[in-house]
Amino acid sequence: MSELPVDRAVSEGRVPERASEGIPELHEVGCPPELRERIEELMGRYPDRKSASIPALWAVQRLYGWCTPEGIRQAAAVMRVTPAYLESVASFYDLLHTEPVGVHKVAVCTNISCWMRGGDRLLDAFRAAAEDAEDVFVSGFECLGACDIAPMASIDERYFGPLEEADAASAIAQLRDGAEVLPERALERRPLAGDVPRAAGGSDA
Amino acid sequence: MPETRVLLEHAEDPALRTIEGYRGYGGYGTLERAYREMEPEDLLKELEESGLRGRGGAGFSMGKKASFLPRGEMQKYLCCNADESEPGAFKDRELMQRNPHQLIEGIAIAALAAGAGHAFIFIRGEYDSQADVLDTAVAEAYEAGYLGENILGTRRDLELVVHRGAGAYICGEETALLDALEGKRGNPRLKPPFPAVQGLYGGPTLINNVETLSNVPRIVAHGAEWFRGFGTEQSPGTKVVSVSGCVRRPGNYEVELGVPTRELICDLAGGPLPGRELKAFYPGGSSSPVLTAEEGLDLPYSFEAMAEAGSMLGSGSIIVADDSVSIPHMALRTARFYHHESCGKCTPCREGTNWTVKMLERVVRGEATPMDLDIVASVQENIIGHCLCVLGDSMAMPVGAMVRKFREEFEETIAAAGEASRIAAVQAPAETLGAAT
Repeated sequence: MSELPVDRAVSEGRVPERASEGIPELHEVGCPPELRERIEELMGRYPDRKSASIPALWAVQRLYGWCTPEGIRQAAAVMRVTPAYLESVASFYDLLHTEPVGVHKVAVCTNISCWMRGGDRLLDAFRAAAEDAEDVFVSGFECLGACDIAPMASIDERYFGPLEEADAASAIAQLRDGAEVLPERALERRPLAGDVPRAAGGSDA
Repeated sequence: MPETRVLLEHAEDPALRTIEGYRGYGGYGTLERAYREMEPEDLLKELEESGLRGRGGAGFSMGKKASFLPRGEMQKYLCCNADESEPGAFKDRELMQRNPHQLIEGIAIAALAAGAGHAFIFIRGEYDSQADVLDTAVAEAYEAGYLGENILGTRRDLELVVHRGAGAYICGEETALLDALEGKRGNPRLKPPFPAVQGLYGGPTLINNVETLSNVPRIVAHGAEWFRGFGTEQSPGTKVVSVSGCVRRPGNYEVELGVPTRELICDLAGGPLPGRELKAFYPGGSSSPVLTAEEGLDLPYSFEAMAEAGSMLGSGSIIVADDSVSIPHMALRTARFYHHESCGKCTPCREGTNWTVKMLERVVRGEATPMDLDIVASVQENIIGHCLCVLGDSMAMPVGAMVRKFREEFEETIAAAGEASRIAAVQAPAETLGAAT
């Protein structure tokens, strides 16, 4: 047993390669004034400024497309927290991206109700349709809370369904052309389920 | 069977979303009366006598919960849980989208009853469109003097903030929601202390679901007796039920609690798809133990009847599986969700969800033995009750029920998949088994 090698870090303690990062100063990070003002406004809404961390990260993501390391440092400087703190928050949540993603985001639900109605095939169809579209980020997603329009997808934060596989190519083309996406499939335009005439046979007819 | 639209009354009118539209139907009249004429104690009494049970999942008496908050001058908070993330649930989305002011009025009255000066609506980040609707409605309510300082000249204050989450099922758990609202990673806290005693920023906090709070204005307006006129003795009121899965007319239907489940599924939601038969259903979202069609269809849809049948009403979300659905695959899909969403804080949940997924993958690939099904079942038993929150239980209950009630189908799946894989001599990549991300 005595011959087992012991990791140096265990016997001597791990020596950090660089000093731990403190709270960056505002003048060091080059924070755009509009981002600073937005985060300050958000902090003012809460009894404790730290509550603004998720809204601040949303603001960073809106500005840069994802939570860039620079953006996180800028938000941290405004909020007077460490960048590591904000990064720990950002990495916890599915909607905050700590890696680059496309300009347009498509989240296809693959959870129980959508799976039963063809969600996996829909995801495949979107992946195939977006294969050459670098600006479109397609991902499978957990239940988006719209099982009534299964199978469905959230496209740039708006809900559409029920979708057929052919809708995927149309949606991607519309996104790239800057056209309105699948207007007839938008959740907002649907009546209450009970108000859909029975003769129409509901959404699956 | 017709719906009984109370919360969804006038919901077909798009104008209801605006403050003028809402006031046109008598909206905010109850808030005015409550703030001008009523004492918090009277409000609490009315809510408790109404028997309104929480619509988010646990079904605890809303009035009792509110009465647990300590009295006296101190900073108290109210949080509206709009993090609706339970697979199968989409009723809060409808209520916020179509009638945001009903919720705001309910929050303002509940805050008055609980003595809260700050209120938050924690809405899941995916509901961007609904959050926009709420933002507009809250601004309108401030403008009209129903929120803010010195409401209607009564020297009472209430600040209301719409807080968007960023994608985490766990934040629907009330203490994880508090952590997320405090700007942290959404990890559940040890209870006690319960949020009513020590919640947001360490202050007493009342946390209620969107549908629960949306019920408040009418209960205060018409009284507890009126509310008890709907539903059953132990489940008073109406319920917006989300029905989805293998039915012809999936959607939200508002009914009195206690209606026959069969009528909900087969009449309102249109019944099974052409040529199909109902096989099983989750009666209260993906975390409720699955009931077979024979067990469940003739039960009244109420908290007590579902509990007696060994399941739960939960958030009131029915997911229907027909005879084309493979139960082992449904179990795997369910387990994958909870595995993905486990925050990782407690070992039984973090490891239990992980191993359940791995074992169920072996089942559907035909690599498992029937003994593995006993192990799956025992893992579920070892998760239940052993964690800080109920996320692990939420997987263990439905998966455990599926293995128990459909054991034969699991064994057949193992045998058939094993045979198929021996013939094809290929293994399906994990991706095709339904990895969500």
